[in-house]
Amino acid sequence: MVAALSPPRILPSGDAAITVEFSRTIDAEANRRVLALDRLVASDALTGVTETVPTYRSLLVHYDSLQIGFEALGDKLTELALRPLPEATATRRWRIPVVYGGENGIDLEDVAKTLNITPDEVVARHVGGDYRVAMIGFTPGWSYLSGLPDSMQMSRRQNPRLLTPPGTISIGGIQTGVQCLAGPSGWHLLGRTAVRTYQLHRDPIFLLEPGDAVTFSAVDEKTFAEQDRAAEGGEFVAELMS
Amino acid sequence: MSKLVVTSVSPGTSVQDAGRFGAQRYGLVPSGAVDRLALAAANALVGNELFAATIELGPLNSVLTARGGAVRVALTGATRPADVAGQPMAVNTSVTIADGESLNIGVVRSGTFGYLAIEGGVRGEPMFGSLAVNARAGLGSPYPRPLQSGDELQVAAASSANEKRIDLPAVVEGPIRVVMGPQDDEFDDAKELFLSSEWKISAMSDRMGYRLEGPVIKHLHGHNIVSDGTVNGSIQVPGNGQPIVLMPDRGTTGGYPKIATVISSDLGRFGQTQPGRGFRFKAISMAEAQAEYRATAELLRSLPGRVHDANILMLDIKALQSANVAGVAINAMDATTWQVHAAAQD
Repeated sequence: MVAALSPPRILPSGDAAITVEFSRTIDAEANRRVLALDRLVASDALTGVTETVPTYRSLLVHYDSLQIGFEALGDKLTELALRPLPEATATRRWRIPVVYGGENGIDLEDVAKTLNITPDEVVARHVGGDYRVAMIGFTPGWSYLSGLPDSMQMSRRQNPRLLTPPGTISIGGIQTGVQCLAGPSGWHLLGRTAVRTYQLHRDPIFLLEPGDAVTFSAVDEKTFAEQDRAAEGGEFVAELMS
Repeated sequence: MSKLVVTSVSPGTSVQDAGRFGAQRYGLVPSGAVDRLALAAANALVGNELFAATIELGPLNSVLTARGGAVRVALTGATRPADVAGQPMAVNTSVTIADGESLNIGVVRSGTFGYLAIEGGVRGEPMFGSLAVNARAGLGSPYPRPLQSGDELQVAAASSANEKRIDLPAVVEGPIRVVMGPQDDEFDDAKELFLSSEWKISAMSDRMGYRLEGPVIKHLHGHNIVSDGTVNGSIQVPGNGQPIVLMPDRGTTGGYPKIATVISSDLGRFGQTQPGRGFRFKAISMAEAQAEYRATAELLRSLPGRVHDANILMLDIKALQSANVAGVAINAMDATTWQVHAAAQD
C-alpha cells in the first residue's frame, strides 16, 4: 500500500526563488522526496526555472519571473511533488579513503572519550556506515551525508573552529561531512581525505551529486600522502564502486 | 594591446560581472556585482555587453594607470570625485586614459561600490560563463582574489575618444522593499518590530553579508533550523537577533531562519547603502515585487538608448566662448544642458 503524499509547503524566497519545504527536521523520507522533485524539475525542463538547490528537507527553485510567476510555478511544483515517488534507481556509490586520527583528525580521541569507546572503534563505526549525499552546500563541494550510525551521533562543538583543513572528514549532530575547502566548522574532526569534491580544471569539477551513496575506507598516512599528490594532479582518488 | 595597471587600490575591489550560475547545487555561489544596474550602465557607456566583467571598486581611493596605449573606461555607481591626469571626470561618463596617464578615483561621497567598465571588457578565462571573483572558491579572472597594487589587466586599445554620458533615473529614496519569508513564521511580534524599526548597516559587513544594527529580533522557537537554501537578499536572523542580509558572496545554504528577502529591484540600492546610515524595510506583495522586477528589466534594456555623446556639447561651449558668437544659444531650460555642463565642471 502506498501512503498518500502530503503536499509540501510553497514558501517565497524573494521574487526570484521558491522554497519547496517537505519537512522542518532532518528526515530521510523528506530528503528522498526533495531529490525526486529535483529530478522531475530537471527532466520536465520547467519554463523559467534557472537552477535548483536540494537540501535535506527542501528544494530551492530559482526562477525568472519574466517567464513564470510565483503562483503558477508554485502550483506546478506542488503537482510534481505529489506524483508517486519513483522506484529507487541505480545510484552511484563512491568509496572515499580517509586517514583517521593524529594531526589529520584532531578530535578522534575526544570523540572516543565522549562515546566511551576506543578510537579504533570510532573508526570502525564510521567506516561501517552506509551514507547518502543528502545535500551539498555552503561552500563548493561541502557534502552533507546522512546515514551516520546512531551510536556516533553527538552535538556540535561549543566553540566552532575558524579554520579547518581542506579534505576534512567530520561528524556533527546526526550527520557526517566531506569538506572540500579550508574553512570554519563546528563539527568534530575525525580525519582527512585526499578526495577533492571540488577541483577546478578537472572534468567534472564537482565529484559528488546529491543522492550519491558513499562508503569510507581507512588508509594510512603514507597512502594519504600519495593520494593527495595524485589528486592534486587531477586524479579522482575516490573509487566509483557502482 | 594596452594594459591597465593597478597602481593603488581600495579594499574590496574585485572583477565582477553578472555572476556565475548553474552550480549552486554544488555549493558554488554566483557572486557577481552588488549593483547590477550600475554594472550594466558602465558597460553601456563603453559599448560592451551589459553584463560584461568590470572592476567593482571599493569605497576608498584607487589609482589605475594605462600602459602600452590609451584605454577607454567608464565610471558608474557610488558618487565620488575622479580625474584623469588632473582633468576631472564625472560619474556616469566615459573617459580615455592616455598611455602613461592615471585615473585617480576618490573616496565615495554617497554609495559604496563603483563600477569601472573598460572598452572591450576584461580579458580572462571564464568559469561557468563568468569572470566574477569568488575568492573563497579560488575563482575569477584574471586574478581569483581582490585586486592588489601591481596587478595588470590586459585590455583592448581605446577605439576612439568619443566620450559618452548616460542618463539614469534618479535613485528612489525610501524604504528597502522586502517579500516576507520563507521562515517568517519563526517570528511573531518580531515581524512588526523588524518592519517598524530603523536599521543601520554595521561596519562589519562585506560581500558575503551586511550585518544590521537595531532592535533585537526574537525567534519563536530558537535560532537553529535545518540548513536551507539561500538567495541574494535573504535576511537571516542569527542567535543575537541582529539580522544579516546575504550578499553575492553568501553561502548557498544556511542554518538560521530567514525572516524576509530583499526584492531583486532593490538589491543594488540596498548594497550601495553606506554603513551607519539609517534605513527602513517595507513589506510588499509578491505581485508588486514581480512588477518591480519587470520595470527593472525594462530599465536595463533601455540603457544603450540612454547613452549620449558627452563632449560635443562641451566642445561647443568652448568654441562658443572662444569665438564669442552671439545668437547661437544653448537652451537654458533643458535640464540635460546643465547636467552635462556640471559634469564638465565637476
